[in-house]
Amino acid sequence: MECTTRLENGFTIIALCGEVDLHFSPKAREIILKHLQDKNHVLVDLSAVTYIDSSGVASLVEGFQHARTHDLKFALVGVSKAAMQILQLSRLDKVFPIIANATEAAQL
Amino acid sequence: MPAASNSEYAIEVRNLDAHYGERQILNDINLHVHHGEIMVIMGGSGSGKSTLLRHLLGLNTPTRGSIKLLGQDLAHNSEQAMFELRRKMGVAFQGGALFGSMTVEENVVLPLCEHTELDENTMRIMGRMKLEVVNLAEFGDLMPSELSGGMIKRAALARAIIMDPRLLFFDEPSAGLDPVAAVELDELILRLRQAMNITIVVVTHELESAFKIADRITVLDQGMILMTDSVEAVRNSDNPRIQSLLNRLPRDDAIDADEYMERLTGI
Repeated sequence: MECTTRLENGFTIIALCGEVDLHFSPKAREIILKHLQDKNHVLVDLSAVTYIDSSGVASLVEGFQHARTHDLKFALVGVSKAAMQILQLSRLDKVFPIIANATEAAQL
Repeated sequence: MPAASNSEYAIEVRNLDAHYGERQILNDINLHVHHGEIMVIMGGSGSGKSTLLRHLLGLNTPTRGSIKLLGQDLAHNSEQAMFELRRKMGVAFQGGALFGSMTVEENVVLPLCEHTELDENTMRIMGRMKLEVVNLAEFGDLMPSELSGGMIKRAALARAIIMDPRLLFFDEPSAGLDPVAAVELDELILRLRQAMNITIVVVTHELESAFKIADRITVLDQGMILMTDSVEAVRNSDNPRIQSLLNRLPRDDAIDADEYMERLTGI
């Protein structure tokens, strides 16, 4: 699993890729929460995620909740099919703001 | 989905014999389950279903033969390897096996507490996500004694999948449930497989449930496999024992009068 971050149009884009599982999700959680604690608006790019387990999704939930309580913007970007199926299982696809690409973030 | 193990099959059983004392329970069982497949093990009471399940879980040691889960031979695994393997397995027991002194949510997150060092908040969210999946989101604070039979089975399922297992074993998911609850649980099993690509082994004697969820069915009778095949093939089998099972007919085996009298009189 790899993770890259970049700044684009006022958002920190955190791109996760590969398998986000029990081994990596604590790291993903730390990165997401750190950027939010630094008061950055955050997009999490899941387009290259081949697998995400419940701990990975829980990290996204924590991030979203932090953003909501601190008046920050947060969305998932380019959610891969594998990730979408897991989100749908717990109906979180109807909870997270989900956009197709970073350019749509302006509408958030 | 997580990368599949290198082995061709998720589960591979070869020439398995099992005994309780002198009594042979399983006789030369050969079975394989593909990755992502739902295999239903079906049979009447006393056919050996539960014994086979106990062997698949590594709870019993076979008297002959081998069992491989995710490519690992249970007989040759170290304790540490078995521990790691068990992290990839989920089991929903027939009676739920929930701890009566813990709330539903505490039961569900227990495997995370035992097996991971995840942040407490992460574990709590994971537990609640699984309760959402099984439609028990509002019941996490209840004690198991306050749940209905269907809710207990769903709570047990939530606990079984909390670690996102690669292998899920489900003992009699529909037994004792009303028809609506049984159908809901079957639907849930199918959704889990689709979303998480779990390999699922379901032990049941409920025909409707078996036909709905199975990719393949193994029919056990008196410790032997009568048939392993698709739902359609099992339905259309001309094996009289399978037809008896499907049509819920009592067994009508020939009786050896001498053996029978010996069993009754001991002479």
